[in-house]
Amino acid sequence: MIYEVFRQERKGQAFQHAGSVEAADHSFADVYAREQYGRRGESTSLWVVPRAAIIEIDDFVDELNRNYHRVDGYPLKEKLKEARDRARNALVARDR
Amino acid sequence: MRSLLEIADDELVLGWRDSEWTGIAPLLEEDVAFSSIAQNEIGHARALYELVARERGTTADELAFDRAPDAYRCSRLVELRLLDWEKTIARHYLYEQADAERLERLKRSDDAEVAGLAAKIDREEAYHRMHAQMWFDRLHGEPRFTSAVEALRPFVDAGRDEHTAELSELWDEMTMVRRSQPAGTKW
Repeated sequence: MIYEVFRQERKGQAFQHAGSVEAADHSFADVYAREQYGRRGESTSLWVVPRAAIIEIDDFVDELNRNYHRVDGYPLKEKLKEARDRARNALVARDR
Repeated sequence: MRSLLEIADDELVLGWRDSEWTGIAPLLEEDVAFSSIAQNEIGHARALYELVARERGTTADELAFDRAPDAYRCSRLVELRLLDWEKTIARHYLYEQADAERLERLKRSDDAEVAGLAAKIDREEAYHRMHAQMWFDRLHGEPRFTSAVEALRPFVDAGRDEHTAELSELWDEMTMVRRSQPAGTKW
């Protein structure tokens, strides 16, 4: 069975995918994951998950190209910059 | 100090035997795990040899490699060249049980340095025991494994004065590089 291993580098940090191990059951997965992702002090904690338990979602249909549903539909950065510039110019004009 | 040398010899020889599986263990993950256990055992041997060497005015390397095979104090259990995985696991299981008992005793030593080292070694051995236990649970009841355990069990308390021919063969391999240079060579 394949187990996916996630590791946390420091307490409080998010777990990140580290790799996988092949193991006969949970106890083998436990030992092999420790061995490969934990024994050099590189992790404070591991999540070991049977691959079959992971729900994978990779079909994101967007047939009508409704990009207004996406965050990239709104390039806020540019708009914010414009707004700041306007505000600054208004202040400068008032003080003049 | 005599018992420290026994443990050091056990760990060195078992480390060598276990390392013979590197590259040919039954599966890749096991290869990594078992090689690392082998490496740990040799590390424990080195730490123990260093304690004994200081007492005897010698070095860890000299203790490990410059004695004649019949001067070693290891158990015959660790000397055997086992070519079957179930036998290797049977030895591993028997050894870790016996090793846990003697480490418990050593952790209560009056010598703080010995007790401290035993505690340190035991923290790594806990992982070896976990590994041995998971294999035991897996193979428990398999006739080949059961007969391997029964065949090897008598070696656990068989005494340390006599050695197998397999130890001399291993010693030849183990000391070959060291013997290739004149005594006293700095490596």
